[in-house]
Amino acid sequence: MAEISLVEAVNQALAHALESDERVIVLGEDVGPDGGVFRATEGLIERFGKDRVRDTPLSESVIAGLSVGLAAQGFRPVGEIQFMGFIYPVIDQLVSHASRLRTRTRGRLTCPMVLRAPYGGGVRAPEHHSESTEAMFAHVPGLRVVIPSSPRRAYGLLLAAIRDPDPVVFLEPKRIYRALKEDVPDTGEAMALDKCVVLREGSDITLVTWGAMTIETLAAAEELLGEGVNAEVIDVATLKPLDAQTILESVKKTGRCLIVHEAPLTGGFGAEIAARLAEHGLMSLLAPVRRVAGYDTIMPLPRLEHSYMPSAARIVSAARESLDYA
Amino acid sequence: MRGDSNTENGGAAASFAIPYTRYLRPDGTLEGELPAFAQDPRDLIPLYRMMALTRALDEKAVALQRTGRLGTYASSLGQEAVGIGVAAAMRADDVLIPSFREQSAQLWRGVTPTEILLYWGGDEQGSDFSGPRQDFPVCIPVATHVPHAAGVALAFLLRDEPRVAVCVTGDGGTSKGDFYEAINIAGVWNLPAVFIVNNNQWAISVPRSQQTAAETLAQKAIAAGIPGEQVDGNDVIAVREAAERAIARARDGEGPGLIEAVTYRLSDHTTADDARRYREDAEVSARWKDEPLSRLRRYLVDKGVWTKEDEEALLTESSQTVDQAADEYLATPAGAVTDMFDFLYAELPTDLLAQRQAASQTEGGGDG
Repeated sequence: MAEISLVEAVNQALAHALESDERVIVLGEDVGPDGGVFRATEGLIERFGKDRVRDTPLSESVIAGLSVGLAAQGFRPVGEIQFMGFIYPVIDQLVSHASRLRTRTRGRLTCPMVLRAPYGGGVRAPEHHSESTEAMFAHVPGLRVVIPSSPRRAYGLLLAAIRDPDPVVFLEPKRIYRALKEDVPDTGEAMALDKCVVLREGSDITLVTWGAMTIETLAAAEELLGEGVNAEVIDVATLKPLDAQTILESVKKTGRCLIVHEAPLTGGFGAEIAARLAEHGLMSLLAPVRRVAGYDTIMPLPRLEHSYMPSAARIVSAARESLDYA
Repeated sequence: MRGDSNTENGGAAASFAIPYTRYLRPDGTLEGELPAFAQDPRDLIPLYRMMALTRALDEKAVALQRTGRLGTYASSLGQEAVGIGVAAAMRADDVLIPSFREQSAQLWRGVTPTEILLYWGGDEQGSDFSGPRQDFPVCIPVATHVPHAAGVALAFLLRDEPRVAVCVTGDGGTSKGDFYEAINIAGVWNLPAVFIVNNNQWAISVPRSQQTAAETLAQKAIAAGIPGEQVDGNDVIAVREAAERAIARARDGEGPGLIEAVTYRLSDHTTADDARRYREDAEVSARWKDEPLSRLRRYLVDKGVWTKEDEEALLTESSQTVDQAADEYLATPAGAVTDMFDFLYAELPTDLLAQRQAASQTEGGGDG
């Protein structure tokens, strides 16, 4: 079987969902004949027709708001927001409606919709195309925030998101859309949501991350191994609701934790993980929890973006500081 | 040919008109030929009765709020004909996507007065309608619900069901992007949706004249390529007739429409508002002569199908209905503290178990 990239795995999951569930509708800007600007929806309109794969007007709020209406009627809309930088008009629909329709009607109306958006930096994209604002969505009760970090996880988690009876924001790390390829059998098997994935077992320090930063974090773990340090690497995968248990158990074993994310430091999702460790894992800790993150600055344009993004070197350096702590 | 002078149409690329409909004048006399449903004046009595019940419910709700027994409430005083006319034009299996001032439409469609009071009394149980199970709950953030109507309509279209999504928003709502984005996609996709604008002239303190320079709100439909028209929103016959036409078109696959119902907000914006801060009493007094109940009552009396005794009996009955609803609402216990967790997701995520456990141990629970 040919190995496929993360974005191809997204496409394969969408095709499987469209094939196996007639309630699934794909909609967004340029998702039709163009196949999406990243080709995530390539070939879908040809296979499933323009009723179920729908090019919308250039209107993000309506992609989300219309999905709320469709979902309340029992469909399973999967909307694409072309870039996370264009997702902000949609926050109103997510906060005011999608996340709370079940609560406010006591389950009479529900909102099983997925909004996909590519996110993150490092691809020399124009302004507004490189931010990581996942923490905004993870703050909203009633939502799920899911981020894959490999082709297999993209396939399994997207299928799970589409089958989930509640709204999911599915953020795709576009820097690694084509960075790595894997065998992804098209079995239709979904992965469990709300679960961290341990990417690498280790005993000396826990490195917690998600999305494209799994690449740098795994590279850092490899480098640390050369120094005799055995790092455990956890991909959070579902930020909301958080699988704190897996992280706490890991830190119980290692005593040290470093959280890595591309998003700005302050109020980033790493802060929530650090708070959980402070509340429930303090006695396990041999060193303060550290964070390697983007700076609290505006994401710079491409000429400086690599200075902004956490590198394997920064991760290794922070890990050493943690390991050197008495 | 664009840019060339065209003597045949005066050089216009396109031209549009906004029709206006009224049957019942403020003094209860008629203009034009009545639509079929209004030919027999006795058939208008159910509309009148439900408008009267709405007014009684609004009055009761405001009284409950003033005595600390209800939360902030948005009265529909003076706009009863909009909701009743629209709801009477709908079929039971159509779906209503209302703003927060459509209690008249909700009542017509089978939402109970008790449920309406429960919602405004601060209880989610009020939006778990026992009647129209697919209708949306009221929408507080202005016009954010208009795209939902496009989604509901798309669901009907995809399932090839002869049903229509009917959305009501206010004059202020037409200034929002969501309103335009929704009517625009409804036009492009030829969706079975009807958009009603309850133009009550005031968006809290901002008058219609400061909302838009457009001559009518109905003409906003033109930009979306869908039919737009204006009706006298205080004439329930006109509202119902225009809504029936628009809904029939949508049901027959002829696409969406927009109706601006011109009415007037005789009350404050809500019980939390004092309209005297920004609006002259004289303006409000002058508008009372246009309100929808008295003109229909005059007409029914003139036609000999409504008497003083009928009126007194209706007032007594409406009053009893809303008193009973208030009693039921006040006697309804608040939900369990754990409800806020148990209706959040289909299944409670593990991460929330500890919070749910902690909440379940809080004292009292609810203020019911």
